[in-house]
Amino acid sequence: MKPSRFTAAHQSMTFSRRMMLVGGAQAAFGGVLLARLGYLSIAQSEHYQLLSESNRVQLIIVPPRRGWIVDRAGKPIAINRSDFRVDIIPEQVRYPTQTLRALAETLKLTPDDVDRIIKEFKASRGYQPVQIAENVPYDQYAAITVRLPEMPGVQPMRGFSRYYPTGPAVGHLVGYVGAANAKEHEAEGKNPLLVTPGFKIGKEGIEKTLEKNLRGQPGGQRVELTARGKLVRELEPKPDRSGGTIQLAIDAGLQEYAARRLGEESGSCTIIDCLTGDVLCMASMPAYDPNSFSDGIGQTEWRMLSEDPRKPLTNKILSSLYPPGSTIKPMNALALQAAGVDPDETIHCPGGYRLGNRFFRCLGRHGSVNMRRAIAKSCNTYFYAMGHRVGYDRIAEMAKRMGLGQKFDMPVVSQSFGTVPDSAWKARKYKENRRIVERPDWTASDTLNASIGQGFLILNPLQLAVMAARIASGRDVQPQLIGVHKQPAPLLGLPPEHLDAVRGGMWEVVNGDGTAGASRLQVPGVEMCGKTGTAQVRKIVGSQRGQSGDWKYRDHGLFVFFAPFDKPRYAGSVVIEHGLGGARAAAPVAKDCLTYLFDQPQAMKRLAELETQWGGTLLERTARRQAQFDVISKANLSA
Amino acid sequence: MMISSAIIPQPLARLPWRLIWLVALICTIGIITLFSAAGGSWSPYALKQGLIIIAFFALAIMISYIPERFIKSVTFPTYVAILVMLVLVEMIGFVGKGAQRWIDLGFIRLQPSEFMKPAVVLVLARFYDLLPASDVRRWRGLWPAAMLVLVPWALILVQPDLGTATMVLVGGVTVMFVAGLPMWYFLSAAGALAAALPVVYTMMHEYQRKRVLIFMDPEADPLGAGYHITQSKIAIGSGGIWGKGYLNGSQSHLDYLPEGHTDFVFATFVEEWGLIGGVMLIVAFAMVVRWGMSVSRRAKTRFAQLAAAGLSMTIFFYFTVNLMMVMGLAPVVGIPLPLVSFGGSAVMTVMICLGLLMGIERQSRSRSRLG
Repeated sequence: MKPSRFTAAHQSMTFSRRMMLVGGAQAAFGGVLLARLGYLSIAQSEHYQLLSESNRVQLIIVPPRRGWIVDRAGKPIAINRSDFRVDIIPEQVRYPTQTLRALAETLKLTPDDVDRIIKEFKASRGYQPVQIAENVPYDQYAAITVRLPEMPGVQPMRGFSRYYPTGPAVGHLVGYVGAANAKEHEAEGKNPLLVTPGFKIGKEGIEKTLEKNLRGQPGGQRVELTARGKLVRELEPKPDRSGGTIQLAIDAGLQEYAARRLGEESGSCTIIDCLTGDVLCMASMPAYDPNSFSDGIGQTEWRMLSEDPRKPLTNKILSSLYPPGSTIKPMNALALQAAGVDPDETIHCPGGYRLGNRFFRCLGRHGSVNMRRAIAKSCNTYFYAMGHRVGYDRIAEMAKRMGLGQKFDMPVVSQSFGTVPDSAWKARKYKENRRIVERPDWTASDTLNASIGQGFLILNPLQLAVMAARIASGRDVQPQLIGVHKQPAPLLGLPPEHLDAVRGGMWEVVNGDGTAGASRLQVPGVEMCGKTGTAQVRKIVGSQRGQSGDWKYRDHGLFVFFAPFDKPRYAGSVVIEHGLGGARAAAPVAKDCLTYLFDQPQAMKRLAELETQWGGTLLERTARRQAQFDVISKANLSA
Repeated sequence: MMISSAIIPQPLARLPWRLIWLVALICTIGIITLFSAAGGSWSPYALKQGLIIIAFFALAIMISYIPERFIKSVTFPTYVAILVMLVLVEMIGFVGKGAQRWIDLGFIRLQPSEFMKPAVVLVLARFYDLLPASDVRRWRGLWPAAMLVLVPWALILVQPDLGTATMVLVGGVTVMFVAGLPMWYFLSAAGALAAALPVVYTMMHEYQRKRVLIFMDPEADPLGAGYHITQSKIAIGSGGIWGKGYLNGSQSHLDYLPEGHTDFVFATFVEEWGLIGGVMLIVAFAMVVRWGMSVSRRAKTRFAQLAAAGLSMTIFFYFTVNLMMVMGLAPVVGIPLPLVSFGGSAVMTVMICLGLLMGIERQSRSRSRLG
């Protein structure tokens, strides 16, 4: 299309029109600018004022003091010890290289430390301090303080470190603390407190599960900072609030005693108040030293602990499962009575029990035994025969009433709760895992095995202790780790005569001619009742019974107990891994721990004798082991 | 407003006082903001900026006395000279292995791209002034003009200086638009531009691309490249309606706001003076542009009409892009707020534009006399 002729008149008209368009566009943009300014300074003002304020005012965090953990009498289990620490504020450092060199020299920092410091130094923003060293000895601290004028940015300070007076004795019970790792920092939404030098969070046990109560509120100096982290002025400080004290049901003395009494064995001792359920002692040994963990553990030490066959990193009360062996026979006896078995009925024990063409062995030829004698002598034949008569589903029902296979409501990191098998369980398991269960139906030999605490039945020592407590008091005892309870638990509603029959059997185990006769209490007027157990670690091959050979194939020794007989107050369980037998390994520990509760001097005397044989007290042996770790890790480092 | 009193000498009375008061207001805002940006000190910004403004204002007044005839006659040679300087800058940059935008004459660093902003407007105005009306809608009305714009545009773009290149383009296109080129040119160019954006994006420098991305979502990287926009919005928004009070802007004083004395000076100002101050500054700028546009409408010659429109647009574009950038409506392109931001180039460019506009205005008033 040929354009129409464009004249000067057209041109002038077009100019005016186009000028209006341009002017209109300019006005529109101007309007947009004004509207945007209004939006930012009116509608969004509050939001941006907040952001501006959080830019301006920053908190130099002072970590709160962690709450104490005390025992039922207020005796400290975990406290804070004041120590010296040295931090550095990168923003204020004038000569980084010289300063770092001087610090490394004075504080004897390792090359690893120096690497870490340099990395954090570079990553730090603004006023965020970087830790140089904690737990600094006083003379080094003093040396730094003196040289402070030539090292701007270095901050020698008094800090606090966690201290567990009894060390490994409470390791598994309370856990330990440590600096938060990247994952934990992320999980708390990058809470700046977690990366504050010197701040520790609970990593295990109660320290971890009750972190919220123990932590407290951080305070700090509120300061006005420039974007580059330069201090402009100090504002009103924000006070910190220490974490709350947590009182455990634990008896710290008993806990320490039990831990020491376990000695070099790999095992556990659990004692609970059988009226209220207060857990008085939960000692699992050997244990790591939470003091050394809280300072940050070396790689060598960690490796050696995790490779130790005595498993010092495992809480053997909650996380280890054992076949309970004969220790569940008192519970079986309750179940049998509930199913109508007369405790006076006798069974003849010819040294075993014939089921079809299989012969299930007893540990001896007990002749004619009633329920009481069967418990006292730990006669398998009696429980085979009676178990077969009533069927295991009825026994399993009682086992669950006694707390076996149960997960308790406690502030612990993890609980393995094991298995109380019955026919429904087996059918279900058959579908899930055919390696454990080969056929779906419950057989008579399943019943026989479970009746003597073998086969599918596996439990943790806490459950055994709860079982002992429920038998002792007839109450629905729940283990309580936190606080001191006065109110006895409600009754289970079992007939007293049933309980008496069982308690009588357990009395005879220790005080009659039973299996644990050697562990009678030497305290006038106080009698311990109990039941020994021996659990096979692996299937019996030929005549080998797990009573000799390699340590790791030896039988576990177990013992459940309560005392005093006439007025039960304490109940518990002792498990000694690969201890050969309950009477031999576990019952003496129980005896001494109970003695501690009734006659401390006698118990301490006994412990002193034993510890001389073992080569020193627990703390001495721990210190020696620590020195060993240090030597090895130093050797590794120089290699 | 004209001050006509016997006491005031004629030349002074004939100055466009309305404009001068507006410019004085804007410059004063700039100087007091720079005083605050330096933490309440005349140095290093405020005093120097005051001297720069006085010097270039004097230059503007001088320019306003240059007759239109003379400007017309030197337009083409000047344009060519600036073009040569642009090429020279390119070559120095090439030899020096790096981006370079200026020629160092020892005592002063000349940024030829700055001069190109008014020069491109004048050269196009001159071109359409010479072009017979009948040719405006023909091919020969388009291609020389397009070349006059696109050559410097391309040279500046490769420096790389996207902000200045865009301003040169906008100034030139405005003149072409009001000169009466067919509307469909512009519509189809706009359409083509929209279609080409993705291609342009892939051809951009890494830092430019990052700026665009950050503009789309500044919160994605609030501590990195989005930091500027985020902090600027915080400064503006936290000022509220009345501002935090003079010398009390925490964002600028604590250095959270980067470039608070140059590109982001508006944020520094609004943080302390609030919405009220911001509106006042925007309105002042708008009135300057409106004055420029009215000069264009009242101009008697075609050259003056077109030149005034283009120069007004240059000033308009200068402050609009800066404010959009500062308020998070445009990517960060590094265009300062003229007369307010610290630095001489922007003041120089705007003062040259204002000087030319004042000259046109004077001559349109006294046309009859100069005959």
